[in-house]
Amino acid sequence: MKSTLLLGTRKGLIAYRFQNGKWTMESCSFEGVPISIAYADPRNGTWWACQDHGHWGVKLQRSKDRGKSWEEVTAPAYPEGEEVKDGMPATTRYLWAMAHGGKNYTSRLWIGTDPGGLFVSEDEGNSFQLVESLWQHPTRKEGWFGGGRDLPGIHSIVVDPRNEDHIHIGISCAGVFETTDAGKSWAIRNKGMNADFLPDPTVETGFDPHIVVAAPSNPDMLWQQNHCGIFRSTDAGKNWIDVSEADGPARFGFALAVAGDNPDQAWVAPADSDVNRTAIQSALVICRTDDGGKTWKQLRNGLPQESCFDIVYRHALVNDSNAVVFGTTTGNLFFSPDRGEHWQVINNYLPMIYSVQFAE
Amino acid sequence: MVLVKFTYALKRFFPKLADTKVDGKTISAILQEIEARHPGVTKYVLDDQGRLRQHVNIFIDGVMIKDRTKLTDPFLENSEIYIMQALSGG
Repeated sequence: MKSTLLLGTRKGLIAYRFQNGKWTMESCSFEGVPISIAYADPRNGTWWACQDHGHWGVKLQRSKDRGKSWEEVTAPAYPEGEEVKDGMPATTRYLWAMAHGGKNYTSRLWIGTDPGGLFVSEDEGNSFQLVESLWQHPTRKEGWFGGGRDLPGIHSIVVDPRNEDHIHIGISCAGVFETTDAGKSWAIRNKGMNADFLPDPTVETGFDPHIVVAAPSNPDMLWQQNHCGIFRSTDAGKNWIDVSEADGPARFGFALAVAGDNPDQAWVAPADSDVNRTAIQSALVICRTDDGGKTWKQLRNGLPQESCFDIVYRHALVNDSNAVVFGTTTGNLFFSPDRGEHWQVINNYLPMIYSVQFAE
Repeated sequence: MVLVKFTYALKRFFPKLADTKVDGKTISAILQEIEARHPGVTKYVLDDQGRLRQHVNIFIDGVMIKDRTKLTDPFLENSEIYIMQALSGG
């Protein structure tokens, strides 16, 4: 298990370190500032803080010394004259996903934003450019709309480690898009998906993936926790199959993690329907499948089972080796050393948690 | 010259920010002068398209500006311009 946890929270970037058999808070950077994504680049150890200042706009900071010092770099910005819709000027409202470009593109970084623009840097994050081919996609202005946020947003960027020009992105609300040429062209990958909230559920775009994740041990195995259930693809997104439980809790939610060593094993953090968005029957439960979504096991041992309102946001459930960690909307952070069979509290008193990542 | 004052909240990010006299004849020109002295500060005040951010206000002699898009509100040679943020959130 990696020994660091990076948390993006409503009140700062918080780092935990596993020492002497327990997790201890190592540092808090940007106290008071909402951090939409805290990201550690595994290639070089650089920490990134995607900041949502509210008043002052989104900002991007990086640290090369584990958060001891930070440097602000220019955040992704929309070129002059760009519009979300006709008459609505485009400005970066939220940084919602960050991914490195892979081992063959050591200077490349990707960032997904609200209102729907994907940005790429080819110079280690010193500057970011809007990926025009996606921004100009013919479906965008009419076929994309707000879901988790008021405007469309890119929350998932999945780079294929076998071919780092091959990337899937998840957009709320549009669906899954795939490029095989590093963003020059895009294919829509929503076949088999549901969008039961739409008047016409057979549309090409308008789907609401909450998170899209690839299995590290087989990147053609894609999973998504969607607004309308849990879906899995075994062919790199060409076809999706609903693997939600018919009667159990594994259906609605935001977060999903896939085991690093097993493409058939995944965890979800169910929530009570899109109407309530609370813990299911006031109890916190994580569900795990070991068979590609055919069956789901409820994991509750050590989690609060009464008077609980926690849910788990889309970037806040992660796996590394046998460890699983998740953070909740009410600032609880839980750790399992055994793939979810038993849970321990790391902290009950954190700010609302937006993102969790294992790092070295 | 006009006197430009800033909310204390901006000084968290730009510690050297202080009341400044500048020559600019428009709000945009004034912000460019401030930017030259404190690189990056206009990104905090204006959005990608150069509009005043939603929760930022500019006052000219105590009166809030009206044109938040093109920043064309007029002012006098000795006006006092105050840049502040809305007090909201939790």
